[in-house]
Amino acid sequence: MKISGAQILFKALAMEGVEVIFGYPGGAVIGIYDEMTRQNIRHILVRHEQGAIHAADGYARASGKVGVCLATSGPGATNTVTGIANAYLDSIPVVILTGQVPTALIGTDAFQEVDITGITRPCTKHNFLVRNVSDVGRITRDAFAIARSGRPGPVLIDLPKDIMQMELEEADVNFNGEYNCEEEPVDRSQINRAVEMIREARKPVIFSGGGVVMGGASAELRELARITGAPVTSSLMGLGAFNASSPLWMGMPGMHGTYCANMAFSHCDLIIGVGVRFDDRVTSKVDLFAPNARIIHIDIDPVSIDKIIKTSLAIVAGAKSALSAINAELAEYSPSSHVSIWQEQVLKWKREKPLSYKKSEAIKPQFVVEKLYEVSRGEAIIATEVGQNQMWGAQFYHYKKPNTFITSGGLGTMGFGLPAAIGAQVARPDAIVVDLAGDGSIQMNIQELATAVQNNIPVKIAILNNNFLGMVRQWQEIFYQKRYSHTDLLGNPDFVKIAEAYGAKGLRASKVEEVEMIIKEAFATEGVVVMEFIVDREEGVYPMVKPGSPLTDMDLGPMAPEEDSRAEIGDDPSTRSFN
Amino acid sequence: MDERENVISILVNNKPDVLARISGTLSGRGFNIESISANITKDPNKTKIILTTIGNKTTLAKILKQIAKLVDIITVEDLTGRKAVRREMFLVRFNWQLEGRKEKIAALVEKKKWKLLCANDDTCIVEITGENGLAEVMALTDLGMEDFTRTGVVAIEKA
Ligand SMILES: Cc1ncc(C[n+]2csc(CCOP(=O)(O)OP(=O)(O)O)c2C)c(N)n1
Repeated sequence: MKISGAQILFKALAMEGVEVIFGYPGGAVIGIYDEMTRQNIRHILVRHEQGAIHAADGYARASGKVGVCLATSGPGATNTVTGIANAYLDSIPVVILTGQVPTALIGTDAFQEVDITGITRPCTKHNFLVRNVSDVGRITRDAFAIARSGRPGPVLIDLPKDIMQMELEEADVNFNGEYNCEEEPVDRSQINRAVEMIREARKPVIFSGGGVVMGGASAELRELARITGAPVTSSLMGLGAFNASSPLWMGMPGMHGTYCANMAFSHCDLIIGVGVRFDDRVTSKVDLFAPNARIIHIDIDPVSIDKIIKTSLAIVAGAKSALSAINAELAEYSPSSHVSIWQEQVLKWKREKPLSYKKSEAIKPQFVVEKLYEVSRGEAIIATEVGQNQMWGAQFYHYKKPNTFITSGGLGTMGFGLPAAIGAQVARPDAIVVDLAGDGSIQMNIQELATAVQNNIPVKIAILNNNFLGMVRQWQEIFYQKRYSHTDLLGNPDFVKIAEAYGAKGLRASKVEEVEMIIKEAFATEGVVVMEFIVDREEGVYPMVKPGSPLTDMDLGPMAPEEDSRAEIGDDPSTRSFN
Repeated sequence: MDERENVISILVNNKPDVLARISGTLSGRGFNIESISANITKDPNKTKIILTTIGNKTTLAKILKQIAKLVDIITVEDLTGRKAVRREMFLVRFNWQLEGRKEKIAALVEKKKWKLLCANDDTCIVEITGENGLAEVMALTDLGMEDFTRTGVVAIEKA
């Protein structure tokens, strides 16, 4: 029996348990699409290849499985690059299948030829150009193993058109990967040292990140907090791994973090950092970060360790295995009275200055997020776009479970939210999935409304419409004396009509009383819904730690006691960047 | 910043683009490769790459961690300052038409244990192997040194 390259590909995908592919056809992959008609696999036709890669990414984040996308050669492949970089920076396991011109034409600037393995080398964990049909099975298996093992990441397989058509004796096909991707066992002596440090600590803090979410270590994290009584904070990528309704929860730290989390970092004597990379958005001024603390840093990637902050103890291991080893050693431990005094202090900070905003006549964007939380009872999956909407989504929705907050943390890709929400909804068909959007970001991949409608993927889009590129406007307000250079989006389309034109339901709230009403209506609707909230145009995200300041230097915004504290101008604006 | 020359030894799977991955990792972080030599090892599926790069030690240590993480890398070692033997080879072309040059060059070849590889009336080509031969070769301009090519550094640790 003969078997073609395309058939081998689908066999390997089946072995990996792939149920769905997000893709877009074209000349170089027409053979793969033809074979698909004979295969039992779900394919979701997107409207732009960037949508395909973000959807695969959102699917991976919501399910913990590897997401898969498929694009044609040339422009199809290059359209996925932003999404590949996005998955790379957030360590998300995705496999990208791209078509390539026939092997004989490679290197001739053939029609729709680009060197996609060359282009994506710095933003993939690994990539492959398949040169022989006999390699298709092995490479596909390796790609999945590499994508999901260690620190996960995107892996691209470039598939020349002729290789997909070539045939091979079925008996000669090899589906065994070449790479050994097993995790090394945890170093016991380091675990013992960590346990000692935890026992010695009087003011411990747990800081968890995306590594706990994607590493499936949420239960172990909760157990560590229960045993040690250490208050918990999570990076943007880590939200959801710890239950935000726990009394030990402090909220997110860093630039737009809570007063409580930033104070705790600044006063604690031990940070147990797990699956985090101590990003500069979290540490702010590095030399003044956690001045009194010893730091245990657990991360599967040795590159993350000692990259930004100097650790006292580094444990290179997966979050799950390291935390369960530590928990087992701590089984008999009960925290000292010092820890309860510390917990009280933390609670005091939490009560003293909770996240807040000034209520007004106009709809406050934070109020919308609070209502989304209330109406969904905290059970929704929230995908975000980038900007203020993203920060409010991190602050005012309280996540109880891992894989429920889906956001572009590392790259900060506007246009990520809608396709990612589509991917998440495919992974979790019964969940309410919301894309929390800004009016700027939603227009970067708005065409994916058609994907959602055509495939009955009932995502709910909540646009916080401030008719501004809000986050940039906020920086212009604070650091550039309100010179709003090209951040005004008053030419926005009518989003309700847009929704209707795509065959979705469109709802608008322009008064405070309408907010809850339309959210309820949207959640009760079976199909795709776009909710537009006309919000207070110049609302800002607070607290805010200016770049280069220590974490204790928080501007708490309009609710702060000294109202004018944010008028002063900070350091050199040229050294700052947006998320 | 204390810049210095670093000698790095990398053992890799012999895959088509492994060199591109390594050089991309270095250049993406601002490091220039000064010299490179690569060839298969006792095991033909593996390639050993020796490269030299100038830069700050701590920055380089971070880059090496990054390189070690690449999928086809087996080991990465920093040989700088270690007990290793290092050599590089120059092929030098002289124009020896001028009166007296032939004799001078021949004498040097003899004395310095260079190798005369080929010669005609106008020019000759000499092989010079040494630990750090650039200054020595540059000083040969007065003797009619026209051009040279140079291998990368090769190095191997002493036991
Ligand atoms: C693709 C891309 N382009 C530009 C930026 C820079 N940027 C960061 S936030 C932002 C404004 C986002 O505006 P909007 O989507 O309306 O959200 P808001 O901040 O108003 O909630 C911009 C332009 C980016 N992050 N991504």
